[in-house]
Amino acid sequence: MNPREPHTLTSAIELDDVNYTYQGIERQTHALRDISFTIASGEPVAIIGPSGCGKTTILSLIAGLIAPDSGKVLVNGTSITGPRHHTSLILQDYGLLPWKTVIDNAALGLTLRGTTRAEARATALEALHTVGLEEFAKAYPNELSGGMRQRLALARALALEVDIMLMDEPLSALDALTREELQDVLLKLWQRQSYAQVLVTHSIEEAVFLGRTILLMTPRPGRIRTIIKNPSMGSSQYRQTAEFYEKCACLRKLLIEENGRARLAEIGQPYEDGDDEIALMMAGELVDA
Amino acid sequence: MRSNLRIIIGYIVAFALIVVFWALASWLIKSPALPLPWDAIEQFFVTLPDTFSHILISLWRVIAAMVLGTVLGLPLGLYIGRSERADVLAAPLLYLLYPIPKVVFLPILMVLLGLGNAPKIILIAVVVFFQMLVTARGAAQAIAPESITSVRSLGASPLQIARHVVLPSSLPDIFTALRISIGTAIAVLFLSESIAGSTGIGYYIMNAWSRLDYVAMFAGIIAMGAMGVGLYEILNIIEYRVIRWKHITKR
Repeated sequence: MNPREPHTLTSAIELDDVNYTYQGIERQTHALRDISFTIASGEPVAIIGPSGCGKTTILSLIAGLIAPDSGKVLVNGTSITGPRHHTSLILQDYGLLPWKTVIDNAALGLTLRGTTRAEARATALEALHTVGLEEFAKAYPNELSGGMRQRLALARALALEVDIMLMDEPLSALDALTREELQDVLLKLWQRQSYAQVLVTHSIEEAVFLGRTILLMTPRPGRIRTIIKNPSMGSSQYRQTAEFYEKCACLRKLLIEENGRARLAEIGQPYEDGDDEIALMMAGELVDA
Repeated sequence: MRSNLRIIIGYIVAFALIVVFWALASWLIKSPALPLPWDAIEQFFVTLPDTFSHILISLWRVIAAMVLGTVLGLPLGLYIGRSERADVLAAPLLYLLYPIPKVVFLPILMVLLGLGNAPKIILIAVVVFFQMLVTARGAAQAIAPESITSVRSLGASPLQIARHVVLPSSLPDIFTALRISIGTAIAVLFLSESIAGSTGIGYYIMNAWSRLDYVAMFAGIIAMGAMGVGLYEILNIIEYRVIRWKHITKR
């Protein structure tokens, strides 16, 4: 059930009663309200929910890019005050630097830490080999396809020997086949390196395929609605199993309800159990996504 | 890709076109103020041993001024562009000072620094400085926030962000600014050389004009054009080396 190998890098993430508000020019947005959850060392977590539910904000908090208004964000039991070297954040556009070659992009994290150029490049080359990009070491990101850029972003994280991998819709710009291929790559890498992984996604299948724990979030203000356990995640051929389909169906139903509730709340109506059909209609676009 | 042969052919064709229109204009106007192009070209080569020192001193002034203006304006512009706090004061200062033609400061510079190289170099440097400041500020403000976020999440210090993100991402705009600056720099150079001193290609042109030696004057104008070409090509070579990633297309 759990094909992971023993590992040395571990880290636990803990959010304790976290609140976060964005100060806009016109108004403020309560992005997160009373968020509490724990991610065990090496645990893969997926976060899914309608737009504006604070998914990305959670990643920024764990990455140390922003500080909560109240509550605590702990990594290994200590409050984080800024970005740490063993956390990697992969953004939707991969955050690659177009002016650096593939190998220099992969080595960037190490360069910033002050590793010597030769050593950084050697480690980066190894990481590129892991993701199958070795032969493109001297190319520039603009020469790569979307899938290859995603692999490069992964290589950059791997070179750093991260113990926390944060990903914000990392595969959303890819076509269906490349996307599945990279989901497999993500799974394989996680099984090999066993970092704690937090994946923000819009895709139900992706959440079920890559999250052993799935957090379903609800917007305005961003809260955790449900936590779904997905113990079979990572088993071989999981995508083809009945359990996978069941989990997807269950998650889809919850999301539809959630979205319907959000839409009804927008127009000022309370949500009742009988409103499923309205919810279904209103949530149509989300299901397609 | 840049091919040297294509560049040279381009220059030859462009030069031929200019000569044709120049000759036509000269025939139509029939005034000694606009001599025939081949007379001026001949004069240019005949007097080249004399004018060469003027060209060199002018080149030195322009290059020194551009380096000085860039070295000062570029980091300051990038800093202002990235720091909202600095921009609060810098933006109004910039908007007040930028539109003033810097040439008006030439008299005071001459009083303070004499008639030699210093006032000319400093005047041109001030012009380049402001152009660089405005461009660098805009380029730094336009940087995609994701680029900064991703590098910051890797634990980069502000200085490392400047070195790995802010400077390289602004370079294409910086080279455009330099290209524009070459034009303004040569214009200001001409003015400052024609007002004060007895060296430089600007002086050579004004001196020929005052003697009503129009052929020599146009030989000087040709020299000035050649100087511009040299500067632009030097800049192209540097640009091609520094921002190779811009010249690469998607596979």
